[in-house]
Order: sequence, then structure tokens, then C-alpha cells
Amino acid sequence: MAEELPNVEAAPAPKPEPPVAIAPEAVVTEPAVAADMPLLRIEAVVKKFGIFRAVDRLSLDIKAGEFFALLGPSGCGKTTLLRMLAGFETPDEGRILLDGKDIAQVLPHQRPVNMMFQNYALFPHLSVHDNIAFGLKRAGMARSEIDSRVAELVALVKLDGLGKRKPDQLSGGQKQRVALARSLARRPKVLLLDEPLAALDKKLRESTQLELMELQRRLGMTFIIVTHDQEEAMTVASRIGVMDAGRLDQVATPRELYEAPASRWIAEFVGDINIFEGQVESREAGRLAISTRDAGTVIVAEPRAPITRTVVSVAIRPEKVKLSRRGPVSDAVNAHAINRLEGTVTDVGYLGGLTVYKVKLDTGAVVRSSMANTARLDIDAYSAGQRVVAWFTPDDCLVLEQ
Amino acid sequence: MSARRTFTRPARLAAIAPYLWMVLFFLVPFGFVLKISLSQTAIAQPPYLPVFDLAAGAGAIKAAFAALSLDNFRLLVSDDLYVLSYLRSLVVAAVSTSVLLLIGYPVAYGMARLPRRWQSVTMMLVIVPFWTSFLIRIYAWINILQHDGLLNQVLLALHLVSAPVVWLSTDSAMYLGIVYSYLPFMILPLYATLAKMEPALLEAAADLGASPRTAFWQVTFPLSLPGVGAGALLCFIPIVGEFVIPDLLAGSSSMMIGQTLWLEFFTNKDWPVASAAAVVLLVLLLAPLVLYDRLQRRQLEGAR
Amino acid sequence: MASATNKFSGFNLFSLALGLAFLYLPIVILVIYSFNASRLVTVWGGWSLRWYSEFFNDRAMLDAAWMSFRVAATSATLATLLGTLAAVALSRGRRFKGRALFSGMLYAPLVMPEVITGLSLLLLFVALDAERGFRTVTVAHTTLTMCFVAVVVQSRLGSLDSSLEEAAMDLGCDPARAFLAVTLPLILPAIVAGWMLAFTLSLDDLVIASFTTGPGSATLPIRIYSEVRLGVKPEINAICTLIVGLIALLIIAASFAAKLSNARGDSAAPL
Repeated sequence: MAEELPNVEAAPAPKPEPPVAIAPEAVVTEPAVAADMPLLRIEAVVKKFGIFRAVDRLSLDIKAGEFFALLGPSGCGKTTLLRMLAGFETPDEGRILLDGKDIAQVLPHQRPVNMMFQNYALFPHLSVHDNIAFGLKRAGMARSEIDSRVAELVALVKLDGLGKRKPDQLSGGQKQRVALARSLARRPKVLLLDEPLAALDKKLRESTQLELMELQRRLGMTFIIVTHDQEEAMTVASRIGVMDAGRLDQVATPRELYEAPASRWIAEFVGDINIFEGQVESREAGRLAISTRDAGTVIVAEPRAPITRTVVSVAIRPEKVKLSRRGPVSDAVNAHAINRLEGTVTDVGYLGGLTVYKVKLDTGAVVRSSMANTARLDIDAYSAGQRVVAWFTPDDCLVLEQ
Repeated sequence: MSARRTFTRPARLAAIAPYLWMVLFFLVPFGFVLKISLSQTAIAQPPYLPVFDLAAGAGAIKAAFAALSLDNFRLLVSDDLYVLSYLRSLVVAAVSTSVLLLIGYPVAYGMARLPRRWQSVTMMLVIVPFWTSFLIRIYAWINILQHDGLLNQVLLALHLVSAPVVWLSTDSAMYLGIVYSYLPFMILPLYATLAKMEPALLEAAADLGASPRTAFWQVTFPLSLPGVGAGALLCFIPIVGEFVIPDLLAGSSSMMIGQTLWLEFFTNKDWPVASAAAVVLLVLLLAPLVLYDRLQRRQLEGAR
Repeated sequence: MASATNKFSGFNLFSLALGLAFLYLPIVILVIYSFNASRLVTVWGGWSLRWYSEFFNDRAMLDAAWMSFRVAATSATLATLLGTLAAVALSRGRRFKGRALFSGMLYAPLVMPEVITGLSLLLLFVALDAERGFRTVTVAHTTLTMCFVAVVVQSRLGSLDSSLEEAAMDLGCDPARAFLAVTLPLILPAIVAGWMLAFTLSLDDLVIASFTTGPGSATLPIRIYSEVRLGVKPEINAICTLIVGLIALLIIAASFAAKLSNARGDSAAPL
């Protein structure tokens, strides 16, 4: 898990430098946007299907140049929200402000927003060139200008030489690129991506994620991606909004989301986590002692936000649970501050870069620990049936109230 | 794939009976039509010469072949009656098909845009009249169109006309009957292609700046062309040979080829000329038939 | 989910309603007038079943109806058998000699003008010196309707997941048994629909029957046709209503069968 954490420092800051091929004039050169005014403001938007509230009083600000991900399980309302931004659904309540103007009632073909569709929705009767040119023709652009713009886009998404092909003569990855080029052609103020990589296989998806990030950084355009894949969201996005049941549960950077989830639900949805329920027993020197049924008394660092309840959950990511044969040696001094749980290894899942162990504690509960395989030979490996000590520091623990 | 390979042998066995049936009752009869179209009329039973008599031996058959002639075809080409009825058939079929397309397209389009569960209901509603006898449907129109029929009664009651209008035995009545009878054949293939179309394509068009009208003409219509072709052929070909509708609804001043053929066969008992007329009709329809066969096969066998 | 771009518009509703009204109004009027007491077809003389009793006392009409029914039932059964075999051959036999000719012969009669089919069959029967009547009409109708059955069954077979058959064979069925145990039950709704289509087409046919039948064995459409040529008779309205009712009954049965098979997790449209 730990290896796959995105490098937060390198997350794309909005760079207004003019890109080489396509200048998003709309974003870069528009001075009207006040510094504190976001490019896109969603205000208390509600969308109902019958009595079902697909989106329920949701508010969100997105700044120019952001790569924003809407993450959530299927049916959480993320696609409905995206479709309202594109204009395919009309909100029942609330406002959607783009550059300060309410676009909630503007028809899709009159919005300066474009979408890349989940299954690409390429026009099967048109060639690659004509698919990409479709939006430009609608804008009444001159033929020569269209041709040169399409050529730029074809080069941008590395489709050179395929302009005359029909969509059904393309591979999945190529179709994805055509869809991307087509949605970029009109230089939208915001590009919406609806599960754009879902149809690709894992390897291709990962390389395409990196290309999308690179492209977004180069164009300085605002991207909003909808995905149910938390790894994808963490890889590409600078900020992530986690949605559930039509509401935004947390909006944060990938690192915050992973290391400081706002709720137990998010903690479990984003990555893997061990959770022990318990009660706060005592508080001293920035440490809380929480007595749990499954793991005895666990010492945790006191969270910045004060704890208001006595019944809480202690959560710890598997990669922060270390295993050893006898417990931490070097930390003998701080031994009282280290959480030690004794148990037996029951399962060993070798994943290549890391190994996931399931340890059955003497209380009967199971703790998962993942350890990086930093050496090629298995000197550090544990095997099923082995007695081990699982230990972790108070600072690595999360205290979740919900 | 493997299933299909292992199935090939039983599939061949399954083909035997229908194959033989179709050869005997579909292919061979055309041979007879062709042969008799080259024979001469006779007042006899059957009313044509020569009759092949296998018992008479090879020499007789040779003589019979020598007696074959193209006279009937010469007659068809030289007599205005036949030329005009071929022309009329083609014109009637072309006009009817265009009208059918104009009426059928909006209906099929409306069906395809209904919510899913309503689509199957309306499809049922379109199919049901197709299941009821076409003779009944034509008869229903005679009821309405006759001199003191419902249409004239309504028109008189509304004071739109002062005296009953003659509807029956006119070309308008015939076109009405044809359009009415063939409408389901036009709607269903159109609906099939329109319903298959992904809604996301129209959303994509709108997203890229196309107004609903532009989206229709740039995306929906071009993508529905296979359905337009199938529907047009499915109507055009049988209309060319239509007999009952013009016979019951059109006037007797000019005939379609189906009527001419019927007349030659049943009234004039001129089987060779009727056969020759059938051969020419078939030749006229060969191109659309082959086209239709391609479409059918692609739809049924390429749909996997 | 009806989105803003794919909304069902007023224009859609208008054209749909107009189209359906056009299709149904004449039949509805016909049915209503079959209950008209007046001899004059156009003058409404109150409700009456008079024309129905007239029909049931018309010996010739009844004979024709019985003849039509026998032809339809026999030819539909034969056509279902042959058409299903043909569909299986076409969709499961990828390649065999004369396959193109075979599928051509199966699709052509669907659109072939009936006068041609009728004439050619008659010439065959004359050459074979076959006595014309019930048997020749049945053969002719079987030839026509088996093509419709083949198309209906074939489209069902085409939409069937071929891995089902593979699974059956994987579990120890030989191909024939796999077909009988798995494929046949799944295409059964289409076969039933094919039979009903064949039945109604045969019941409906005038032109081919006119060519292939002999004196004294007229089918119902032939009788109706000769009556209609002489003008509108209320009795015909009654007969037509009865036929429409019979076919409506068949269709209800068909959609009921389709619903049953839908409940088993597959779909079957009657055409």
C-alpha cells in the first residue's frame, strides 16, 4: 500500500504557463475571475429521481487548473453530479456557477464544458478525424482551421496516421484517445471525465493515468474525473471529493484522505485498514488510552480535534503494523508507548512488492499487516502458524468517532 | 467457436429436410415458370405447348426444346399494356415506399425514445395489425371509403364537402391501402436500428455543441440508414408485385403488373404469357432482392 | 433514465399517437359495424348479433373457414418443424456446401411477390399432375411460412450465448443432447411464436391459395375476396371480427408465453 501512495509534493499546482499545442485561453487569460472566486461553484444542488435523492444539497468549489476527482461507490450520485455539470440533467434545486454565471439551466450544447464519456460514445459512422472535428464544425470554424486543430490534437494524443479509421477499427486504448481528443477540441473551460479508463486493462490504465496527469498539467485545464477506483483517484487528482448517498463526505488531498479520513466509512473505502472499537479510558500528555475488546488497551496520539464521544474506533493501516518475532527491540525505552499485540500468523498473501499477513490475535480478532519486500531473499518472511508480535506506534493510529 | 465446430455435423443433418423442401417447392418451380414462359399458348389442359412427356423418349424432348420460343417476351415488350403495367408497378412502389418512409420514420423515432417498458408495448401495438389479415384491413378501408361510407358521412356532417366524394377505385385509395398495409414493415426495421442506438451518442453530440436538430441530422439519421434501407426494400419489393390492394381499391383504367399477370392467368388462361410476365418481374426485382438478402444475412448472422 | 437530451418530446408523442390511430381506427370501425343491426352498412341500426348468426348459417362460408383452419394448422406445424431445422442449420452450421443458396432460398420468399410464388407452385403441381386442393395449398403455405419461422428462430438462436451449449458439453452432453437439453428450451418461445406467425400467415393468404387450390376447396380469404369484390356485406364484417378476435387471442397467448419465458430470464418478441 505504502508504495502506491502518490507523491503529494509533486501534485500539480495550477500552472498558468501557456502550453505548446493548445492554449486554454478561456482559463488562462480570463482576468474577470477574482482571486477568491473559484472557476466552478456548486451550491446546494439537489437532484431527485422520483423520491430518490441522487444528489442531496451538495456544495463544492473547484479552482481553475485543478484535477479534481469525484470518488464513490456506484450509485452514490457522482455520475449524476457530473451529468448536471455537462447539462444532461437539470438540478431540482441549487445553482451551478461557472465563472460566476449560473449555468444550471443552460442546454448542454451551449455550455463551455465538455465531457469524455464512459464508453467513449464515438460516432461509429464518422472517421477519427471527423469525430474530433465534430465539435469544431458546430462552432462554425473554417475548414482549414479545423484541419490544423484536428492535426494538433491527433498529435497530442499520439494517434498520428489513424485519422481516416472508423471507431470500430481501433483498439480500446486508441478509442479512449480519440474520445479524449474530441472532448478537448473545443478547449472547454472544464473537462469532465466519466470513468474514462474503466474499459482499459490494468497496465494500460496505469500508463494512461500518468498521461492524463501530464496532459492536464501541460494544458493547465480544469479536469473533473468521476471514478469508483480509489487508486485511480489518488494517482491522478490533486483533490478528491468522496461521495456517498448523494453527499460529499470529505474533500481533501489524496494524502489527507488516506492518512486522516474523516470517518470510519471513508477510512474503509479508501485503502485497507484495521479497526478496533473501544472506549476512551484516560488522557495524559497528548496520549489517549483506549480500551478495546479485540486489542486490549491501545495507546494513541490525541487527535487535534477534541474527542467528544467516549465510544470510538481506533484505526491503523496495515502497512503501519509491523511484525516481529519478539516485538520492537530498539524501542525498549519507549516500550510503554508502543502497542504490542501477540498472535499467530494464519495467512500469508504474497503480492510481489509487499506481503500481506493475517495475524490472529489471542483475543480472536484478526489484524492485517503488510510489509514491503525490500530484500529478494525471504529472510524476513513469516510463515503460517508462526507466533509473532504485531506492533505499531501511537502516532500511526487514527481515532474515528463515526 | 468450439461449440460451433462440434455442431457443424448435426447442423448439416438438420439442413437436409428443409433444403430438399425448398429446392423442390421453391427452386424447381422457377424452372417451370421459365420453361413455360418460352412455350406456346394452347387451348388444352394444361393450356400450353409443348408438354414434356418423359415417356416419349429423348427424341421427343429434343423436339420439344426446339419448339421453345421467345414469342411471349416479344409480346411483353411490344404491347403497351405490359410495358405500362411494369412502369406503373415501379412508380407505385417507389411513391408508396417514400410515403411509408415519411410516415414510418417519425413513428419509429417516437417509439425508440419512449421509456423502455413502453417500447415493448408500442412494438406489440405495431405488430398486432400485421398479424391480422391484410384482406380484412383492406376491407376495413372499403367500409370507410365507399360512397356512403364513414369518411363521406363525416365530411358531409362537417360541411367540408357538399356531395359525397368518390374515394373508392381511385389511386389515392390504393396508395392509402398500400401505406396502411405495409406500415408495420417499415416501422419495425427502422425502430430496430433506432432503438439500438446508444443514447450517449446524442449526449456526446449535444456536449460538442450540436443543437437537437443538428444532432438528429448529423448522428441519428446517418446511423439509422441501414434501417431505412431494410424498411424500404421490405416494402418496395412486394409492393411491385402487389395484386389485392390495387385490385380492390384502385380503378380499372390502369393495372399493376401483379394484376396483369393475374388477368392473363385466370381470365385469359394464357399461362405462357403470365409466366413470361413473372420472369420479367423477377428480373426487375433481382437487384433489390440481392440487396435485401445481403442486409438480412448481415443482420441475422453478423449480429453476434 | 430519461436525460435532457433524450427526452420524449411532444412531437414524438404526436407522431406516435397519430401512427397508432391510423393503424387501429379502420379495424375498430369494422368491429363496431359488425354489430350493426341495419342491412345498410353505413346506417347505424342499433346493436345486433344478426350478422354473426347469418355467418353461422352460411354453409359455403363455414366450409371455407374449416378448410382454412385445417390448412393453417397443418402447414404451420410442418413449417415450424422445417423452419426450426433450417434455423439451426444456418446458425450452428458455419459452413456447408450450398449454404449461400440455402439462406438465399430462405430469405427470398419473405419479400417475393406472392403472384410469382403462387404461379410457380401451380405450374409445378400441374407438371406433377397433383390434384389441387387441401394438400397443394398446405404444401404451398408450408413453403412460404417456414421461411418466416426460420427467421424468427434464427434471430433467437443468434442472440443466445453460445457458451451455454459449451457449458452443457463441458458437463458431459454430446452436441445433440446439449441442443435438446439447453438450446431447445431456450428457443422454445421463438418456436411457439414462429408457429403462430405461420398459422396467421396461412389463414391470411389469398394470392398463393388462389393459385394452388382447386375447384370446390376455396379457403376463407378466397371466399371473402369474391364477396368483397361484389361490395360490402355486413356478414363479412362479422367474419372479419371473428378472425381479428381469434388472432388477438393468439397474440395474447403468445405474449403470455413470452412473459413466462421472460420470468425464466430470457426475452422473446413474437417477431
